[in-house]
Amino acid sequence: MLSRAADSLFWLARYMERMDNVARLLEAAQSMAGMTEGAAEWSSALVASGAEEAYLEKHDEVTAENALLHLAFDPDNASSIMSCLDRARTNARAMRTALTSDMWDAVNGSWLEGRRLTASAFTPERIGETIDWVKTVGTRFYGAYAGTMLRNEIYWFARLGTFIERADNTARILDVKYHLLLPRDEGVGGAVDYYQWTSILRAVSAVRAYQWVFRTEVKPWNIADLLILRPEMPRSLRACYDEIDFALAQIAYSHQGRRGECHRLAGARAAQLRFARVEDVFSRGLHEYLTDVIDRTTQLGAEVSAFYMK
Amino acid sequence: MFDEMYASEGAARAPYAAIARWLDAMAPETLRAKKEEAERLFRRIGITFAVYTEGGDPERLIPYDLVPRVLAADEWRFIERGLKQRVRALQAFLADVYSKREIIAAGVVPEALVMTNPAFETVMQDLIVPGGVYTHIAGIDLVRTGPDDFYVLEDNCRTPSGVSYMLENRAVMMRLFPEFFARAGVEPIARYPEMLLRTLQSVAPPTCNGEPTVVVLTPGQFNSAYYEHSFLADEMGVELVEGADLVVDDGAVFKRTTQGLERVDVIYRRIDDSFLDPKVFREDSTLGVPGLMSAYRNGTVAIANAVGAGIADDKAVYVYVPEMIRFYLGEEAILKNVPTWQCGKDDERSYVLDHLAELVVKECRGSGGYGMLIGPQATKAERTAFAKKIRADPDAYIAQPTLALSTCPTFVESGVAPRHVDLRPFVLCGANGIEIVPGGLTRVALREGSLVVNSSQGGGTKDTWVLRG
Repeated sequence: MLSRAADSLFWLARYMERMDNVARLLEAAQSMAGMTEGAAEWSSALVASGAEEAYLEKHDEVTAENALLHLAFDPDNASSIMSCLDRARTNARAMRTALTSDMWDAVNGSWLEGRRLTASAFTPERIGETIDWVKTVGTRFYGAYAGTMLRNEIYWFARLGTFIERADNTARILDVKYHLLLPRDEGVGGAVDYYQWTSILRAVSAVRAYQWVFRTEVKPWNIADLLILRPEMPRSLRACYDEIDFALAQIAYSHQGRRGECHRLAGARAAQLRFARVEDVFSRGLHEYLTDVIDRTTQLGAEVSAFYMK
Repeated sequence: MFDEMYASEGAARAPYAAIARWLDAMAPETLRAKKEEAERLFRRIGITFAVYTEGGDPERLIPYDLVPRVLAADEWRFIERGLKQRVRALQAFLADVYSKREIIAAGVVPEALVMTNPAFETVMQDLIVPGGVYTHIAGIDLVRTGPDDFYVLEDNCRTPSGVSYMLENRAVMMRLFPEFFARAGVEPIARYPEMLLRTLQSVAPPTCNGEPTVVVLTPGQFNSAYYEHSFLADEMGVELVEGADLVVDDGAVFKRTTQGLERVDVIYRRIDDSFLDPKVFREDSTLGVPGLMSAYRNGTVAIANAVGAGIADDKAVYVYVPEMIRFYLGEEAILKNVPTWQCGKDDERSYVLDHLAELVVKECRGSGGYGMLIGPQATKAERTAFAKKIRADPDAYIAQPTLALSTCPTFVESGVAPRHVDLRPFVLCGANGIEIVPGGLTRVALREGSLVVNSSQGGGTKDTWVLRG
């Protein structure tokens, strides 16, 4: 397939996944709101999505209203929900011939709906409704491509995009907790601390999953275990890297075994996640561990691009 | 004025009988609702057309009219014969002007008109084009003024567009009115993409072994006809590429793929000549492929339509097409030319300047309905300004009488009313002969009395039916 087609499909899937993840991040921040002093949950959402610097260039202080607009609506923020949808469609349109009509319909139909939204859909009062819509858009896209694409190279490049983006987002969402300070009179393990951890579970739609897996109260190391190491958790880093490793293997298989640095990086990280223990993650420092994953995942994306898309 | 449905008061002409009954039985609200449904479908599929020069939505819909335009079987047979004849002559002309130029030597076509024409590409001199084909896809614009009077308004030998609307209009019509359509006995057109692919494969260069690799070359998604480019690539099952996806290596053309470089044999390009190869044409072109022309010269790749094919559709060359038909084929033209005055000739120019109020004046290098004067509809000031332009550069203009274009019933604000139409059939010319899908794209001027059907100027389109005979 054309290198540019691989690039467009990869980024189409990444932007759709990113859009979905930003929506979940906002949902988590929204549910934490009011539990901490000031607007700490919004600052941490800005940090987690890498948008803090751009935000502070435009605004003097962090407020729920402005953070929502910036993360969901602002066209100047390349990773805002609406920018993601716009870029996803641009990539889809550039390679329409590689998409099934259901996929195109999912992207273009959502984009047409999204075009009708104004800033009023992104206020604290109405954001819940908008987030529900965004999640439907994400699911619709995912369903269209899982359900209608031939399992050939094109499909595996889209899968690769989805899971590289998802790994990055899971690491960032988990890292939010690091940036979130507890109120002065609250201790670790207190009610606010507990609530913040639960919100992270909620942001990855894993509150139920946690209960099914651990059958115990919410504990930070269990959450880290769930979101980093558990293979059965579809947004865990382990699950993402298993998918990345598999997608790259499928592509190599269709290319008579041709492999490059991206295969090595993905395989090494997948193996590390397969055999790591949660104690090791914590003894190294959760934040340090997550930062490393984020950096290596970025590097992996660059290697994929260098090997297949130039 | 000839109305294709009601040429005389009372009963509808035979080919329109079914349409007339259908319109009578239809409530205006139903038509309105169906029209909205059609627009939703077009938007959804993404069939849009970008119009520059005006504000608003950059991805606009071309208005689609629900009432089909109908041609009887014998009418189409006549048109088809005329089109094949004309395209054979245009092909012969292109092969001639880029080799021996016999038609010039014989004094039939003036040398200066060809040799100093910006559409004439000297790089094409003596270049052997694969299969001998220059104009693989020709769009010949026809207008009608009476039951038996069809005229060629202009030839399009470069990259004529609109065929995707022809196909989508049919698909939408069949979806909105399946029963009506099934009863009407209409020639199918869905084979077009297959015929196009066969045409393109037939001109694969001799260097190609096995099945030829065909690609569609687009300027990219911001081009006004991008939808059509992706539609055709998709329907043919070939890759849609941009200039940067192709590379010339060792005298041949390759595409960049995830597995490295792969050979390309035939390029259906939707990019103008001047952007094709920055090493030969415009240096600032980022849309083209550096070195493409050298591969073309080496005979390792076919380009459709051929570089330089535009010399055959120049509006000043148009005047000579009936003589080309006589010269190359020894036949009389089946389809007539519209009488045309060349402003470059002194006596014809003075006639034009004296009769501006009755004539349509066109810029020879213009297209899309821009740069023209419609005398009867222009103000005195507009005509004076245009006369000045003609005097300053007479060779650049031709003039034609304002034809009473035929009208067809069309669904507009006030209900169903007659509006002027033209027809663009798409003629496919491969190494093994000429094929035409029945019908073509009917364009309709939606404003009352307007004669301008161009989609860039608010024209719409209709499904075109050729009845089985």
